[in-house]
Amino acid sequence: MSVSQSLSVNKFMGWLRTTTMTTVSPPQDASLKIEGISKTFVSQQGKVVHALAPTTLAVSTGEFVCFLGPSGCGKSTLLSLIAGLEQPSSGQIKFGQQPIQGTNTDRVLLFQDGALFPWLDVQGNIEFGLRQIGKSKEERAEIAHKWLERMNLIGFEHHNIHQLSGGMRQRVAIARAFAINPAMLLMDEPFAALDAMTRDRLHHELEHLWASTRKTVIFVTHNVREAVALGDRVMVFSPRPGRIVAEFKVDLPRPRSLENVALVEKTAEIMAVLQQIMAEGDEPL
Amino acid sequence: MTANVATLPESYAPQSTIKWQSWGSRMVFYSGLLLFWEGVARSGMWPSYVLPGPSIVLITLQQGIMDGLFIKAAWVSMQHIFIGYSISVVVGLVFGLLLGQNKFLNDTLGSLVMGLQALPSVCWLPLAIIWFGLNERAIVFVVVMGALFSIILGVEGGVRNIPPQYLKAARNLGASGLAIYTQVMLPAALPTIISGLKQGWSFAWRSLMAAELLYYSLSLGNLLQTGRDLNDAALVMAVMVVIISFGVCIDRLVFSPVENRVRERWGLVN
Repeated sequence: MSVSQSLSVNKFMGWLRTTTMTTVSPPQDASLKIEGISKTFVSQQGKVVHALAPTTLAVSTGEFVCFLGPSGCGKSTLLSLIAGLEQPSSGQIKFGQQPIQGTNTDRVLLFQDGALFPWLDVQGNIEFGLRQIGKSKEERAEIAHKWLERMNLIGFEHHNIHQLSGGMRQRVAIARAFAINPAMLLMDEPFAALDAMTRDRLHHELEHLWASTRKTVIFVTHNVREAVALGDRVMVFSPRPGRIVAEFKVDLPRPRSLENVALVEKTAEIMAVLQQIMAEGDEPL
Repeated sequence: MTANVATLPESYAPQSTIKWQSWGSRMVFYSGLLLFWEGVARSGMWPSYVLPGPSIVLITLQQGIMDGLFIKAAWVSMQHIFIGYSISVVVGLVFGLLLGQNKFLNDTLGSLVMGLQALPSVCWLPLAIIWFGLNERAIVFVVVMGALFSIILGVEGGVRNIPPQYLKAARNLGASGLAIYTQVMLPAALPTIISGLKQGWSFAWRSLMAAELLYYSLSLGNLLQTGRDLNDAALVMAVMVVIISFGVCIDRLVFSPVENRVRERWGLVN
C-alpha cells in the first residue's frame, strides 16, 4: 500500500513537471509491456475459472489499440489488470518500464456505464480526480471548465447525473478521465450501451481528442466496426480462457469515415476471422 | 388546455391540485374527529378527568406553555436526546463502515447487532439503573441503545450495497485512505444511511419517553407520569400533543429536507 502510494507521488511529481493541458507530443514513456500475464480465479460456485491464458503484448507510447472479442473472453479482465485493479495470477506488466503495482492516476479506466458518482454534479465529477491529486479549488475549476468546453458540456455543469443522456454521461466520464491528464486511457466498452448515431459522434470526438493529446489508448469492444474505426491495431481474443488469436494493423488515414471502402473491407476481413473463432467456441468443451 | 385537464385521470392532474385536495380531505377528517371527541366528552358518559374534551386539553396545553412548564420539560428532554442521538450517530457511522466492509466483523459483530436490534430498548433500563443509578446517564444510555443498532444497520447496508465500480473508479482516479471513506463510501451510501438515521431517531424518541416515565425530575416523559399521579388526563393528553409535535417537527424540518435533496440529486424522486 505504502509502496504504491509513494510511487504515485513520484509519478505525480513527474506529471507536474511535464503537464500542460494540450500536449501534442506524448509527455512521457507511456508504453506497455505485458509479459505472460494470466488470470485464474475461483468462482462463487467453487469452480476454477481460467479467465485469461498467458498473454504477451507490447503497446507503444501514443498507440491506439483495440481489444476485440466476444463477451467473457478475458479482455475486460486484462484491462483491469493493466489498470492495477486486480492482481495477475502469473506474469508481469510494465508501464513506462516500471512494473505495475496497484492503481495509478497515470492509467485511467473508463467503465461501460461511466461509473459517474450520482452524489456529485457534472462539474463535481470532473473535479473528483483533480481533488485527489491535490489541485487547489481554483485550479480544479479552471481545468474542469476547459474539459466542459471541450466535451460540449457547457451549461450542464450543475446538472445531476441522472438528468443526463447516455452519450452525455460518457462525455462526462471522458472529461473526468482526461482532466487528471493520465498517460494512458483504458476504455472498457464505453459506448456499448449507446445508440448508433451517438456512438458515431463519440467515435469522432474520441479520435480528435486522441489525435490532439496522443495518449496511449486501449479500447475494449465487441463491435468490429468500432474497433476498425478507432484502432491503429486490433487484437482479436478467443473465448475463455481468453488469449490473443489474431492481430490486425489498421493503417487507414484519419479522421476515418465509416463509409470508407478500405475500412469496410477491413471490417469484413476481421468479421470472418471472428466468426470462425466463435464457431470453434460453440463446440462442446 | 384547461378544459382538458378536468377530463384527465387524477394521476395526470397538476401536482398542486392533488396537494390541495389531500389537504382538504385532511381538514375535514380532523375537524370531524375533534367534533366527535368533544361530543363524546360532553355527553357525560365519563367524568372529564377520565376523558376530557379537546377544548379542555387545549386550555391545559396553553397553560402549560404559558407558565413555561412544558417548555422547560421539553428542553430537558431535548438535551437527553441530543446527547444520546449524537453518540449513536458517531458510534453508528464508525461501526457501520467497519461492518459494511469487513466480512469477519459482519459475521461476528454483525449478528450480535442484528440480535440486539430485536430487543426493545426500554429493556435496557433496569440494567442501566443498576449500572448508572436512576439519573440522566441511564436515560442517555437507553436512548443510545434505542438508536444505535438501526443506525449501524443502515450504514452497514448502505456501504455493503455500494456498486463496486464507484470504489474502483475512485481508486483509479487517485482516491486513497480517508478520502475513500469521506468522499466515496459515505456519500455513496447516503440514501440508505439517511433511512437508518431517520429510523434511529424515531427509536431514540420512543426510548427517551419510556425511560423518562421512570425519571424523577422534570422532563416530557416525567410530565406524563405526573399527569397520571394527579389523575389529570388533560395534562397527559396535552403532553402527548407536545411529544407528537416535536416528533413531527423534527421529521419535517430536519430529515425530510435532507432526504428530499438527496433523492433529487440521485434521481430517486417518484
